[in-house]
Amino acid sequence: MGVALTRSAQWSAAGYGTRTLEITPLNEAILKEIIVFVASFIYKHPQEAKYVFVEPLEWKTNLDPSAFESGYIVSETTVKSEEVDKDGQPLLSVSVPHIRVRSFGQLSRLLLTAKDMKLKEAQACIEANRDPVTKILGLDYNTMKEDTSVVNILDKITKDEDPESEIKMKLGMLLKQLDLHLLNHSLKHISLEIRLNPTIVKNDIELLKHFSGKGEQTVLESIDYTSDYEFSNGCRAPPWRQIHGEICYVLVKPHDVETLCITCSAEGVFLNGGKTDDEGEINYERKSEIYKDLVTFLKERSAKFSENMSKQDVRFSGEWKKKEALKEAPKKEEAAALQKALPASGKSVLEKNYINFGKSQMTKRLQPSLNWKATFDFKDKGASKDTQEEKHGRRLERSGPPVSPRRSQLVRKSAEKIEEIISESSSESEEDEEPPDHHQEANAGLPSEYWQIQKLVKYLKGGNQTATVIALCSMQDFNLAQETCQLAIRDVGGLEVLINLLDTDEVKCKIGSLKILKEISHNPQIRRNIVDLGGLPIMVNILDSPHKSLKCLAAETIANVAKFRRARRAVRRHGGITKLVALLDCAQNSGEPSQSSLYDARDVEVARCGALALWSCSKSYENKEAIRKAGGIPLLAGLLKTSHENMLIPVVGTLQECASEESYRTAIKAERIIENLVKNLNSENEQLQEHCAMAIYQCAEDKETRDLVRLHGGLKPLASLLNNTDNKERLAAVTGAIWKCSISKENVTKFREYKAIETLVGLLTDQPEEVLVNVVGALGECCQEYENRVLVRKCGGIQPLVNLLIGINQTLLVNVTKAVGACALEPESMMIIDRLDGVRLLWSLLKNPHPDVKASAAWALCPCIQNAKDAGEMVRSFVGGLELVVNLLRSDNKEVLASVCAAITNIAKDQENLAVITDHGVVPLLSKLANTNNDKLRRHLAEAISRCCMWGRNRAAFGEYKAVAPLVRYLKSNDTRVHQATAQALYQLSEDADNCITMHENGAVKLLLDMVGSPDQDLQEAAAGCIYNIRKLALATEKARYT
Amino acid sequence: MDQKTLKKLVESISNTVKNFKKSEVECLLILFHSLVERANVRLNNFGLDRNAFRAILHSIFGMTNDILMNRVFFAFDKDNDNCINAKEWVKGLSVFLRGTFEEKLKFCFEVYYLNGDGYISREEIFDMLKNSLCQQSSEEESDEGIKELVDITLKKMDYDNDGKISFADFEKAVKEERLLLEVFGPCLPEAENCIDFEALAFGHILTSSFGM
Repeated sequence: MGVALTRSAQWSAAGYGTRTLEITPLNEAILKEIIVFVASFIYKHPQEAKYVFVEPLEWKTNLDPSAFESGYIVSETTVKSEEVDKDGQPLLSVSVPHIRVRSFGQLSRLLLTAKDMKLKEAQACIEANRDPVTKILGLDYNTMKEDTSVVNILDKITKDEDPESEIKMKLGMLLKQLDLHLLNHSLKHISLEIRLNPTIVKNDIELLKHFSGKGEQTVLESIDYTSDYEFSNGCRAPPWRQIHGEICYVLVKPHDVETLCITCSAEGVFLNGGKTDDEGEINYERKSEIYKDLVTFLKERSAKFSENMSKQDVRFSGEWKKKEALKEAPKKEEAAALQKALPASGKSVLEKNYINFGKSQMTKRLQPSLNWKATFDFKDKGASKDTQEEKHGRRLERSGPPVSPRRSQLVRKSAEKIEEIISESSSESEEDEEPPDHHQEANAGLPSEYWQIQKLVKYLKGGNQTATVIALCSMQDFNLAQETCQLAIRDVGGLEVLINLLDTDEVKCKIGSLKILKEISHNPQIRRNIVDLGGLPIMVNILDSPHKSLKCLAAETIANVAKFRRARRAVRRHGGITKLVALLDCAQNSGEPSQSSLYDARDVEVARCGALALWSCSKSYENKEAIRKAGGIPLLAGLLKTSHENMLIPVVGTLQECASEESYRTAIKAERIIENLVKNLNSENEQLQEHCAMAIYQCAEDKETRDLVRLHGGLKPLASLLNNTDNKERLAAVTGAIWKCSISKENVTKFREYKAIETLVGLLTDQPEEVLVNVVGALGECCQEYENRVLVRKCGGIQPLVNLLIGINQTLLVNVTKAVGACALEPESMMIIDRLDGVRLLWSLLKNPHPDVKASAAWALCPCIQNAKDAGEMVRSFVGGLELVVNLLRSDNKEVLASVCAAITNIAKDQENLAVITDHGVVPLLSKLANTNNDKLRRHLAEAISRCCMWGRNRAAFGEYKAVAPLVRYLKSNDTRVHQATAQALYQLSEDADNCITMHENGAVKLLLDMVGSPDQDLQEAAAGCIYNIRKLALATEKARYT
Repeated sequence: MDQKTLKKLVESISNTVKNFKKSEVECLLILFHSLVERANVRLNNFGLDRNAFRAILHSIFGMTNDILMNRVFFAFDKDNDNCINAKEWVKGLSVFLRGTFEEKLKFCFEVYYLNGDGYISREEIFDMLKNSLCQQSSEEESDEGIKELVDITLKKMDYDNDGKISFADFEKAVKEERLLLEVFGPCLPEAENCIDFEALAFGHILTSSFGM
């Protein structure tokens, strides 16, 4: 009972202590339940009824002492019960107006005595005893209630065998049962409560308006809102009143009474304090009971209204009934949703708790929107299904799977996941996460479009072709780009019908339906719904239709729907890719520009739509393959020759997506697509330029392609597009293309000619990361040449580059370190880098978690150490820096290892530093790496080893750590640079006698002899030196043996 | 009919109907005659009466709506003599088979307005849409549904808000959305039917398979 009383009962807001229970239906119901419980207590539980409360329940009674009869000692102002406790105290005593009661038995009797006053007495009792359970059972039992468990109770009972505590226990349980009962009861009550929403109220008022005016027959003289302004949620009440659940205020002038100022709120309709004439302010206080709706309220208030209403009833009820039917279904979830939207009015602070509680129950029962749809389908389909099928036979009901759609979706999804893992794709990221449906929110305030669309869908369902076409055309007049309308169509079951229409033979219906689907499929949720409802296979079939406009619409809709993975796969699985590719063929044979004006514009349109759909589909790897296999590339190449911009964009878009695949890049080269891409770089259309640049970016990984871009004059437009920095997407694509193109030296020369390098340096600041990555990448390539390094320095490019070393974007960091490294090749630039503390920044990037960044930073450090003045001192100044580098030799990434070896080679040039890294154990770590087949690593490792031999007994140590034998094998590599480095290392190592033996044992002499014949002088020298050392040792041993 | 009169007729009709070649007009006339003879009418005017014409619309052009078939008849029957003569036949078919968008637009509008005042009234729309909803639970409810449908149509097509659809309204609405050409029910043959018909008429393979 405690919980129910504190949570459910609606207490008035007036302060603590003296709070009173409001007279609301809910409270009344609770009190009645309590009365029933208490009154029957004496019969049901005679034993417990005798139990004496720990503290008496006290309150001010309205009962006259004379009302008490037998069993009581009655005087004028006092009453004492004959029933007493152990100490002889009466269990009930009254001294007007105070009453004290100490047992359930007495309480029961009191209620019998009270007769009509029961409710009042119970209310007074509850009000005065805010926590009756504590008073009855004592404090300890009340707290125990919190963790009531059977064990706990049993424990207590067994511990003290006292019969009284057993009774207490029983009582406690009874009271708990009552509590639960009350909670359930109040829940039931709440769920029955009326919940109005703005739409219902608006409809009512509008309808009443319809029947208002002068004359005897009307129901009202007038009915008007107090405010003309309607908020977007449909309410007219000011926002600070909306939080109290109030929707709007109306001034109603019935025929027979004064003007009434009425508040319509979510809880119902009531009379308020009226509108003060001078200020136009409304007195919001409630002055009447709450009625369930306006009509009930007015019937109660105005006899004339109720009379005329009944006259109008014939006409009225028809419309009313319809409204009611609509109201019926959403009412309950409205309640929940609205309550959520308008929380916490004074009393509902308390209410809120149980509302939440109630809601969870309700949702379990109702499942808001799904259920709503289901009931709707039932009504309409059920009624018209039979006749419909008979008459027209065209509207085949889709035989849905027995599994619920959500369930099947789940099943599908998990199956899908497995496949997705296998088929990976390049550009599927952004739109692929399936966003959660937010069905529920949509119900909060239903806009008027909702009802209108619902009506139209009804015609779609129940009409013949003519009615269907009218409804479809009318639906197009809604703003289908608006989410409200999109979701409204879905929520009233429109999607199913629209998709079913696609399955009929009626061309007009199909066209109309696709026109709508095309628009609403811009919404990601709708896309998913369309796929779930099996819309894609049907649309794919329509692609075969002889009607061009149908083909176009279907392809365009597919283009919208296929924005996520599952949809793209569905298109492919149903043979959609082949059909879409076939659409591209429509506009062929039009290659010659002279004829372009002659061919049917609609053929171009078909091809354009096909390309649009392919563009969407081409974001999946499998689809790219399918497009290629269906012969899409030559067709796309053909379309690329047209001059229609809106055709070129999807075509280039598709190519750009597909160019991520090697097979496409080869085909693109073969189909002379680059030429046209370059041509379209000069177009006026920014989007087209962007996609062309993007496609070049993708393709220019290949040297031949890079040359083609140059040969077709593509570098100049790219360079000039750099000057327009407003369109960031395009800028990113253009800089990307420049980056990749500048991998070829010839192109870099061209770019320098076009002054692109200066512009690129200018783009190093204030650009988004996507642009920066490419700009820095391009500069990194350009700076491989001396002239450009000078240029970059002169343009002040070093400072911004060094600044970028602080970033976090991995790709950017890789490019920046490369560019800074390239700049460091110039001693003059190196000074600037050093001054800007760039080396320290590079060094700290060795700690970056991403191996590419680590490797790139290590590479960049090499020229820095080479070209810095006092390099040894600089390196030593980085605390812990050398240890960090040595420890990187534990990495398992070959690139990192090679770069770190290179860095160590440079570090070891300084004797002092070499000593430090030796202390950090560089020798065993290097030796451990010796067994590798990676030529790059071999080369840098050999160099590092040869450098490290310069200290102490490192030569011998390398031998001990078994680095020598593997090194000998390096000589068998095909890479001459490996030979050179290895020969150097072996030469250094051969200073140690043991190493010479190992080399000899491993057949180094023969290999080295070959090297002596090499044209490379350094190599010759090193090899010869090594052989000399080995030979010297052999001679020495021989000498020793014979002497 | 002898060759001479036929040639004459072909000549005179070809002057007004541009959509057909002379040879095609001739074919259509021959077809017309055989249809008339088959229908076995004995009237003052030589031609197809309403029933015969409706039978043709039904069997050849696949039309089913009685009201609209009547209206198509009246639209063909320019001189309002309740009989379609040779000239009306060829003219009507020229719209049916080869009509431009504008011609079809005009034809449909003629079919839809009946009382000759140049407007399609609310009542006329109601009549034409009367059977467009599948049977609902009660007559009354269905009437209500049709009424609302009429309102929807008027809202969409009645641009000048005079409660009826003028030709200007109709033209504007249809040009904006071609689906509205046959908004009040099918009154033009489907493309496939046209192709079939042309194959029959111009291919001289008129057989008795019309099932009349």
